[in-house]
Amino acid sequence: MVSFELDDEQKLVQETVSSFAADLMEPAMRESDESGEVPQEVIAKGWELGLLGGCIPEEYEGFGEELSALTGVIALEELGWGDLSMAMHLMAPSVLAISVLDQGTEDQKKQYLPAFCGEEYKAASSALVEPYYNFCPSVMRAVAERDGDEYVINGKKCLVPLAKESDHMLVFAATNPGMGFSGVDAFIVPVGTKGMEIGDREKNMGIKALATYPVNFKDCRVPLVCRLGGEEGCDFLRLLSRSRLALAALAVGMSRRALEHSRDYATQRIAFGEPIGSRQAIAFMIAEMAIEVDATRLLVWEAAWRCDKDMDFEKEAALAKNYAADMAMMVCDRGVQIMGGHGYIRDNPVELWFRNARGFATFEGMVMV
Amino acid sequence: MTIDFELSPRIKATKNMIHMFAESAIRPIARHYDENEHEKPWDLLNMVQKFMGGGMAGAFGAGGEEKKPEGEEPKEKKPRETNLAGAVTIEEIFWGDAGIALSFPGPGLGGAAVQASGTPEQKEKFLARFSGDKPVWGAMAITEPEAGSDTANIKTTAVLDGDEWVLNGEKIFVTSGKSALEDSEGFVVVWATVDRSAGRAGIKPFIVEHGTPGMQITKIEDKMGIRCSDTVSISFMDCRIPKENILGSPEVVDKTKTEGFKKVMATFDATRPLVAAMAIGVGRAALDFIKETLKEEGVELRYGINPHRMTSLERDIMQMEADLKAARLLTWRAVWMLDNGLRNDLQASMAKAKAGLAVTRITQKAVELMGPLGYSREYLLEKWMRDSKINDIFEGTGQIQLLVTARRILGFTREQLK
Repeated sequence: MVSFELDDEQKLVQETVSSFAADLMEPAMRESDESGEVPQEVIAKGWELGLLGGCIPEEYEGFGEELSALTGVIALEELGWGDLSMAMHLMAPSVLAISVLDQGTEDQKKQYLPAFCGEEYKAASSALVEPYYNFCPSVMRAVAERDGDEYVINGKKCLVPLAKESDHMLVFAATNPGMGFSGVDAFIVPVGTKGMEIGDREKNMGIKALATYPVNFKDCRVPLVCRLGGEEGCDFLRLLSRSRLALAALAVGMSRRALEHSRDYATQRIAFGEPIGSRQAIAFMIAEMAIEVDATRLLVWEAAWRCDKDMDFEKEAALAKNYAADMAMMVCDRGVQIMGGHGYIRDNPVELWFRNARGFATFEGMVMV
Repeated sequence: MTIDFELSPRIKATKNMIHMFAESAIRPIARHYDENEHEKPWDLLNMVQKFMGGGMAGAFGAGGEEKKPEGEEPKEKKPRETNLAGAVTIEEIFWGDAGIALSFPGPGLGGAAVQASGTPEQKEKFLARFSGDKPVWGAMAITEPEAGSDTANIKTTAVLDGDEWVLNGEKIFVTSGKSALEDSEGFVVVWATVDRSAGRAGIKPFIVEHGTPGMQITKIEDKMGIRCSDTVSISFMDCRIPKENILGSPEVVDKTKTEGFKKVMATFDATRPLVAAMAIGVGRAALDFIKETLKEEGVELRYGINPHRMTSLERDIMQMEADLKAARLLTWRAVWMLDNGLRNDLQASMAKAKAGLAVTRITQKAVELMGPLGYSREYLLEKWMRDSKINDIFEGTGQIQLLVTARRILGFTREQLK
């Protein structure tokens, strides 16, 4: 039966994460962007919310709530509202943890999941995006070839979050190049493995406080057991889609924040004797922003709901993510436009959201629900 | 409750049934009633009346038939789904054909106004006729030559003379006006001012029965699309109606208060999402046509690849698909709120704004993408492009929806944001 009402647990998650975002993330946003460092105390506090540990079963030392993409996107929208860099730093371990939880072998779950259930933040990395203008997850250039008891990984990755800060990295590479999504597998690779070369920290237009790295794999050898899902491998498109949901939810949250900022400014800024929001040129921009933020959220919810119901959701997740990327850029661009010259000045937050927003067209992986 | 996008079995069954009906009974005759503008598909209309009792949506009056209790009752044990069922049903019928669907008998907007603010006696007297054997239509007359969205500028007057109201003025763009007044024993709800100096507070709706002396249809419009649905001008010259035919209170108590006006305007909170659903039905028809054509041509749509590797065709279609789905979800949210007794004026306008514009663009893009197949009257696609444009206009233009939305988001009154 159709309903748009959050259940009690989702409401609780939303409220809790929302206060965390407003109290701790947002106030630290500008300084963090300027310094290029996420405030560790905020990450520590964020970890205490138990967003990741919460969806890991008790047998792997988690708190035993069920993994729910819907609850995940609700939480991530609030984190995105707070700050994108911090949100992506906080949730970077989710790619490895949720991939293992969703598709790992029993041994892999036992080996890797407990680390994410502790009281202290546990970094983990993932390498999916590659440094080519026409990168596409279905045409992965990085390859993993089997050689006896090992896989040999070769290829270049970029936008790899927390590569140097993590013990493990989930590396996506084609085991069957030319087979599209189904030819891609994931490998749990210990950071420091021979053949994994982590370059200097990347300098990006946005998400400046998130530490991302280029990583080159040159004959990087890992044992067979490192392959996610073991002999059977993994459903890469499913994992990719789960990460698309997460990214789309972040985009909704950040755009919502930009909308609220524009709304407040338009009611307070006086020009020609009245608030600029009294003019349709501004008011209509804001109305469209509001409509598109809500529209995107519903697309994300529906795709996440399908995921939780074990229905096909890959197509829906892709549509929602692409829609979210366009929406975020539109909304944040208008956020700058509505402030005029003030929007261009770094004293104000809109230029930061504007820079962050474009990233959603490029980001893949990096976070997951 | 928890977030859920699965239609209940009851609505699903209705949806499937209506879809089959739309496919087998409406689609095949859609072109005929586009080319022959002022004809009516009487066989179909009689059948609709027989099977649906005039209720079914009747284009606008979803819920009108289900005898919903007074007003918005507080939470009860079983959540209502009347308006959601209406939206789902309407999408299916309009998938069949918008013009024919709009010509379906039923209470229409006029009936919706009676339902929303009529007394029990008025409801009894005016709504019972829609469940009879013969098709009957209700209509609503708001627009005037010089007052469209600006309803406060209505010039038609109503003057109380003894036991009667005397109406004088000119109304245009009355949907199903001919159907209500000439083709059946229906009525039209006419908006007129009882006190021009009172502005919006003086504007009241009046029920005028078919055949009332002094009321005359002066023009039947020829239109770009939705041609099966009649749109008429009506003139009122000393048209006398009983005193009790006013909807709501006749008092203009306080000129600053516009409660009565607002109450009837609240009808739009129910009808705007339904107009959105109409648009979505047409948009889906266009999208289905494209997908079937591409399938026949062996063109695969590669979902999930990165947009910059897509063909322009794939990108367009995926954009259309996402837009359509977004419009549907906004619409479902608006009707779900209504069904649950939540204030939904903002969400209703958002849904209408999104759907009206999205589908107007979807159908235009569809004609472009299908090239000569799109432009040819051999197929229905060009018709859908003409039909869908109305959804961004009637029941409040897209711009009016943005105004309503912006006022709510910014917290501005209509004086603060004109």
